[in-house]
Amino acid sequence: MSNEDILNPKQMPHEPEKATLEGKNKFLGFWFFLGGETVLFASLFGTFLALKDSTAGGPGTEELFGLELVFVMTMLLLTSSLTSVYAMYHMKNNNFSKMMVWLGVTVALGFSFLGFELYEFYHYIHEYEFTFRSSALGSAFYTLVGFHGGHVLFGLLWIVTLMARNAKRGLNLYNAPKFYVASLYWHFIDVVWVFIFTVVYLMGKVG
Amino acid sequence: MTKDTNSTPHNEFEKAEHKEEMKHQVISFVMMIIFTIAAFAVVATDAIGKYFAIPIILLLAVVQVIFQLYYFMHMKNKGHETPALMIYGGLAVAFMTILTFTTIIWW
Repeated sequence: MSNEDILNPKQMPHEPEKATLEGKNKFLGFWFFLGGETVLFASLFGTFLALKDSTAGGPGTEELFGLELVFVMTMLLLTSSLTSVYAMYHMKNNNFSKMMVWLGVTVALGFSFLGFELYEFYHYIHEYEFTFRSSALGSAFYTLVGFHGGHVLFGLLWIVTLMARNAKRGLNLYNAPKFYVASLYWHFIDVVWVFIFTVVYLMGKVG
Repeated sequence: MTKDTNSTPHNEFEKAEHKEEMKHQVISFVMMIIFTIAAFAVVATDAIGKYFAIPIILLLAVVQVIFQLYYFMHMKNKGHETPALMIYGGLAVAFMTILTFTTIIWW
């Protein structure tokens, strides 16, 4: 496929994200990266599970966590996962403007998730004096949940950058794999959150 | 690839195919919401004891993640053999890591 074809928005094959060699490589390389991310988060989950009762006299998980806030955060992130599916649906139909709208909704939901998370950390620090340094539980909790929050922030900056950079370009075979890979990353963030709300918050509440 | 095969307007067959896939994804989204609400309900209502509640919410999380991986991340589609290898390879090491941290290592 010539370079001219790749940059021509009218040439959209069945799976635009994998139509070029570069796209295929991005796709495979990105899944390799996600396999590594799984292990990274597993080590943080393992640390949290091992240290979850080491409160050093401070508040424990049952006392700290409130399910309402976590439920709202879960719904926000889960919905943002669906909206990025919608974005990719419009990408496959070669509808650039609708893809951008759904990516915008995804970004908005992602930022509101982050806002809730910051409020949560603020609440723990000021109401309970539960900090990164107050106990082994604190270190494990903030490392795990903060690492996930950092991933959310990185994903948001990534999608916003892609949207800004390609706003006037439209969709073509050069940037379709970029959007696709960013949406995979966004779904992976939600996969990790499913285990965070289950293992950290729900299991922490059960005791 | 010849130039005239995939020109706009996009062919109707593909659009219908994408629409069908989108329908499956919306269904999996609804399922995921139901699983999430069920998991929160199990813990919030305290309906079942601790030793049943934990395996149940873990199972709900695993099922939800399967939906996420196979539908939202398209792993059910063709050409996802390498992604499956990567993610299952990662999960195998992840499982060993968690097992090690929670059983063998003394903190």
